[in-house]
Amino acid sequence: MSAASSATEPTAPRVRLLSRTVAASAIFVLMALIPVVSHLSDDPFLTLAFTRILVFAIAALSLDLILGFGALVSFGHAAYVGFGAYAVGVLMRHGVTDIFVQLACAIGLSAVFAAITGAIALRTRGVYFIMITLAFGQMAYFFFTSLSAYGGDDGMSLQNRSTVLGSDVLESNLVLFYVTLGTLVGLYLMATAIVNSRFGRVLQGTREDALRMQAIGFRPFRYQLAAFMIAGCMASVAGVLLANQAEFVSPAYMSWHRSGELIVMVILGGVGTLLGGIVGAVVVLLLEEWLSIFTTHWRMGLGLLLILVVLFSPKGIGGIFERVFGPRK
Amino acid sequence: MTNLFLLQLLNGVQLGILLFLVAAGLTLIFGIMDFINIAHGVLYMVGAYLVATFAAMTGTFWLGLLIALPAVVAFGLFLEFFLFRRLYDRSHLDQVLATFGLMLILTEGVRMIWGSSPIFVPVPDALSGSIRLLGIINYPVYRIAIIAAGFAVAIGLYVLISHTRAGMLLRAGASNRPMVSALGVNITWLFAAVFAFGAMLAGFAGAMVAPVLSVDPGMGESVLILAFVVVVIGGIGSVKGAFVAAIVVGVVDTMGRTFGPILLQMVLDPSAASQTGRTLAPMLIYILMALVLAIRPSGLFGRRGAA
Amino acid sequence: MSARLEIRDLQKRFGALAVTDGISLDIAPGELHAVIGPNGAGKTTLVSQLSGQLRPDAGQVVYDGQDITHLDMAGRVRRGMARSFQITTILHGFTVLQNVALAVQARSGSSFRFFGRADAEAGLNDAAMVFLRQVGLADRAQDIARNLSHGEHRQLEFAIALATAPRLLLLDEPFAGTGREEAAQLLDLMQQIKGTQTILLVEHDMNAVFALADRVSVLVYGQIIATGTPDEIRANAEVRGAYLGEEETTASGAAGC
Repeated sequence: MSAASSATEPTAPRVRLLSRTVAASAIFVLMALIPVVSHLSDDPFLTLAFTRILVFAIAALSLDLILGFGALVSFGHAAYVGFGAYAVGVLMRHGVTDIFVQLACAIGLSAVFAAITGAIALRTRGVYFIMITLAFGQMAYFFFTSLSAYGGDDGMSLQNRSTVLGSDVLESNLVLFYVTLGTLVGLYLMATAIVNSRFGRVLQGTREDALRMQAIGFRPFRYQLAAFMIAGCMASVAGVLLANQAEFVSPAYMSWHRSGELIVMVILGGVGTLLGGIVGAVVVLLLEEWLSIFTTHWRMGLGLLLILVVLFSPKGIGGIFERVFGPRK
Repeated sequence: MTNLFLLQLLNGVQLGILLFLVAAGLTLIFGIMDFINIAHGVLYMVGAYLVATFAAMTGTFWLGLLIALPAVVAFGLFLEFFLFRRLYDRSHLDQVLATFGLMLILTEGVRMIWGSSPIFVPVPDALSGSIRLLGIINYPVYRIAIIAAGFAVAIGLYVLISHTRAGMLLRAGASNRPMVSALGVNITWLFAAVFAFGAMLAGFAGAMVAPVLSVDPGMGESVLILAFVVVVIGGIGSVKGAFVAAIVVGVVDTMGRTFGPILLQMVLDPSAASQTGRTLAPMLIYILMALVLAIRPSGLFGRRGAA
Repeated sequence: MSARLEIRDLQKRFGALAVTDGISLDIAPGELHAVIGPNGAGKTTLVSQLSGQLRPDAGQVVYDGQDITHLDMAGRVRRGMARSFQITTILHGFTVLQNVALAVQARSGSSFRFFGRADAEAGLNDAAMVFLRQVGLADRAQDIARNLSHGEHRQLEFAIALATAPRLLLLDEPFAGTGREEAAQLLDLMQQIKGTQTILLVEHDMNAVFALADRVSVLVYGQIIATGTPDEIRANAEVRGAYLGEEETTASGAAGC
């Protein structure tokens, strides 16, 4: 039984739900203990480093929503992280420091961009969809690269972190960590609810077969587009937090390497499980940290790992997706 | 103004020709094998690095090119044999992951061997200098040579594809894959040949461009994304589409960067115009792609219902 | 009473070949109308145009007095036209109950609801169970659709089609590929549904057609050459010449396996 379908599989649903809730709780509790470890080991950077990991966990979670439950292989997802970061950076430059205003702008911008590019990309499938999302992601990347007023290629540093209703609590790394963790938990619960809702059921139906969904009276396009927009908005929240974590905003956040890495996180962690994206983000980023201790050429290790996983994991990672993309002949 | 226009038009065509060489292989590989290769741009980069290395070793660009081309083909075949052929039957997602991984490995490998800083390749003596075109502009001979060589390859491709048996197979395969196996063609051999061919074209483009651009580890990626745009606009599997789209993309991108700000000065003040122009110009080709797709979801020359 | 479905001079060409060559047909409410024809007669092309999967070149499809020629498939299903079998409607990773509940969901309330467990919606599940009982699949409600037998898949198809609240069922060769026992079961099920539904049955299996149909139309080379009661069709010399004679041989060949 594939992981992709297990999400909709109510064989002993209560047991399944329970075990997943236990796993999720365990992961979140462990994460919540990071600042304690950081304090005990007298390593203040640990908390900040893990804040970054949590940020990417949010981004990977959002991608899993469309990749795992809608079979939409978006190769431009990092663009939305960038929109979030630039919403903070640009508004800060103009004196708007409140995080809620920044969030609203980030989400609004992402929704519009996702609606337009999604409407075009969703008219196609397969390699077209992958290439078109990639191209639109690059378009966003080049846009910000050429915005010399806001740092252009080099990006820009932030003087301060965002304020929350006039308070500067986020200046504390500890507060920022728990805010990020809280956001991750909240969005995880939201994504879980979406997956199990009427909407989620339709989305998973289109993942299996769009034509069948039409044959029972659904128009898949609008559900896929809505999911595409939701995922984009969620990723932009990650971007808002990333800008605050790094106190720096740069087009590099939206490069296609980042988009590729997000896909890698989702797949390595287990596609279509929501928790998998989160685990994958932790694993990939820790792996990067670890490899970079040994060599500046750590990307080579990541690349090798990817190829090995694809070639030698049972049935291939995409075995899960065979059904999704239909027979490939 | 006319001079600048002509100059940039030629630069655009030159970029377009290079894009075509990379995209032609890509579109055939998509069309015939339904295989998405994120690492295709690497072959372009490897072509450039190899020609740089061999030219330095032998002392002449031409000998370097002569050695570099078969080397790229061999490299392409090596990759096909050890990795790609294991991926043909996999999902697109698997293909994306594995070739993305390969791209990371090879780009990093290039960094390890040649370093991160750009390498410069001197323009071959025979093609150095400029000539006067139409009596109004000076244009480097070498760039004209690139355009000429690119067109020659394009014509060669056209003849190969529309007038030979191998080409008929390619066309049939790109538009209807099961048919090729029905014809009793050895698929393994055909796929390897297409790959070697694609590698050669991309490597050739990289080798030719080496004296014009700096050779660096990022060059493969930038050309890959542009080649994707070309393939999408032209329609998957269509070499003719790739040619038209490549020239259009090359010209629009080049002209947009130069004339965008100039045109905007008519409606905006100069500093705002140059800022807006510089911001919008890189987006032009993506907007173009969006427009084409909005009207024809399977590209200009794509078969209907493709994708 | 006006017809539930009127097909007016429908035309579809693929290149030089007229696959649907001026078909006109009326389906009265409540009747089971069968369309039979040899392979290549254009049966599937006809159904595809009726269900909205394929656009006709000319002609009209009128459903309950409304021209639906240019409506898409989902739109037709929402108006009560259900198509089944040649396009399977089963989602193999879903449970049997979820499959039917999803079809119920398609016609009851918005599916843009992002919260609340769909699996826990009694309204959807109860309605779905009614259809599962009707086709005799109630005891397999919690099983994954992939694990059903061939015959059970057909029962599930019926349940899904019924769950879309159809006013017209387009059944596209439900008997194709069934064994003797399954066919008998399916025949029972259809006898039961017949009379409660308006059905257009496109079928190759002559026994089933003559056992079930109120009226039969014979499609040959894209044209309807005869329409009548099963007895009239059996007696029609032109039909025998054009179709039944040939069918005898293929039918006996098929029966042998």
